[in-house]
Amino acid sequence: MNPTAQLLKKKKKAILENWMQNQLADESLREDLISNDDLRRQSEELLNGLLSAIEKGNFDDIYANEFEQVTDILSDISVTRARQGFTPCETTLYVLSLKIALTDVLEKERRDQPELLYKEVLQINRLLDSLSILTFETYLRGREEVILRQTDEINEISTPVIRVWDGILALPIIGTLDSSRTQVVMENLLQEIVNTGSSIAILDISGVPAVDSLVAQHLIKTVSATRLMGAECIISGIRAEIAQTIVHLGIDLSNVKTKATLASALLLAFNMLALEVKPKKTTVNTNRIIK
Amino acid sequence: MITMTKDTMQIVREQDVVPFRNRVRELSTKIGMSLVNQTKLITAASELVRNMLKYANGGKIILEIISKNGQTGVRLTFVDEGPGIENIPQAMQDGFSTGRSLGLGLPGAKRLVNEFDIKSKVGSGTTVTVTHWKNGR
Amino acid sequence: MERIPILKMGPFLLVTIQVDLYDRLALNLENDLINMVSKTGARGVLIDISAVNIVDSFMGRILGNIASMSRIMDAETVVVGMQPAVAITLVELGLTLQGVHTALNVEKGMELLYDKTDILTEQAEEDNDGETDDHDD
Repeated sequence: MNPTAQLLKKKKKAILENWMQNQLADESLREDLISNDDLRRQSEELLNGLLSAIEKGNFDDIYANEFEQVTDILSDISVTRARQGFTPCETTLYVLSLKIALTDVLEKERRDQPELLYKEVLQINRLLDSLSILTFETYLRGREEVILRQTDEINEISTPVIRVWDGILALPIIGTLDSSRTQVVMENLLQEIVNTGSSIAILDISGVPAVDSLVAQHLIKTVSATRLMGAECIISGIRAEIAQTIVHLGIDLSNVKTKATLASALLLAFNMLALEVKPKKTTVNTNRIIK
Repeated sequence: MITMTKDTMQIVREQDVVPFRNRVRELSTKIGMSLVNQTKLITAASELVRNMLKYANGGKIILEIISKNGQTGVRLTFVDEGPGIENIPQAMQDGFSTGRSLGLGLPGAKRLVNEFDIKSKVGSGTTVTVTHWKNGR
Repeated sequence: MERIPILKMGPFLLVTIQVDLYDRLALNLENDLINMVSKTGARGVLIDISAVNIVDSFMGRILGNIASMSRIMDAETVVVGMQPAVAITLVELGLTLQGVHTALNVEKGMELLYDKTDILTEQAEEDNDGETDDHDD
């Protein structure tokens, strides 16, 4: 066994105490986010893993097999901390405070052998620096996952498919249409067409701030996919300035049924399904009023 | 980038296409790819394997599950020893074909996947690599 | 050799594709269908692809061919039941199946065929003719 590892293992209890003290003394300790017991359990687990990883004298390669447990625990800790709302600083300090605890013990034990002490402190420094970089990296990844999930959720929420009539679906699009958004719109719309057996879909773009050639292309794609499924697609909510840009950009929408308002699109849909909406006969009532 | 699994399939006849497509489906299901993204990847793979059979009488395909920046994806490498492509930009244009087809194979496949790379040398063959990520981005 | 069965339903032909198509099978289907149209004088062809997971440019071309060839022989073609993932992939591939009618399911496809071929009105006229004939006797 590596002599440094042996010494540290012997002093494990002292190191843990020292480390816990460092952490508890730190002003940034978030007792609101994690209880002291949890913190101690977490710390002990990590320390145990670390001590058995360095048994064979590997202080450099944290991607080696023996470090798997340590990196797993660390990634786990930093990802959970990212979700719990710790700052990156607090998360990295967790690892760095372990460094202080380790070097403190070494300093005490190796007082008579300055040369060895210097070498060992350097080793520990290097190792824990790599570990803290890893922690920071996984912390960021944890955050990124949160952002990605939220993006997906926003996409889901912002594209509801509404069944306005038997056989007619409406899809109000609000916000900019980019390619990933178009994918979600298409998937939701087509799936809903299958689920409800609807034969007409109205895409309302009143809430789309601007239509450039890319957005128009996405719209045309959606219309084509709907047609391939055997349903017809009407685009409604085309404002004056959108009509202007479409013509100025030379976008050909002649193959697509377009309407200015959702109401007129709905009327067209009724016509296509041979439905009629009439005002209710109220002659009887008016007669009574007159009498 | 880390390669998680890797295997190779030889394609020599048309009947090899269906098992190959099934293998791609297996891999993409394994990493939890959505149905739409699976369909896109398999369709692109189908176009490319058809090209390989038609112009080079077959070849080999390397199928891998890879991971990069925390993303998992499927990477397919189509290697043939056929005549090669003289003018790649032209071959990547919609509607261009030296055979009697629609000419959608290469450009269509490129549109369907996240990453597309083609290398070719006249007389010694063509290698096409496509990658599609789990979430299709 | 594997073949896809073609059913005759009144004036129409009905095909349900239940297996993964490889090229030869698709070409056979094109051949068989066109021969059947000419033999039976069918007025419409309904192809149900609800069980098909992958439609690539080759399959798309076969569907287009069937529609164009049938039209020359005075028969309309309706493709029904395309899966959403397949539709999205085809659009991305750049294939919109111009000239092919589509419908959500077999029932709606049949309605569309009756609609497009005017068979009902023709029959009604024949019935009317029959009645007047009876009257004359």
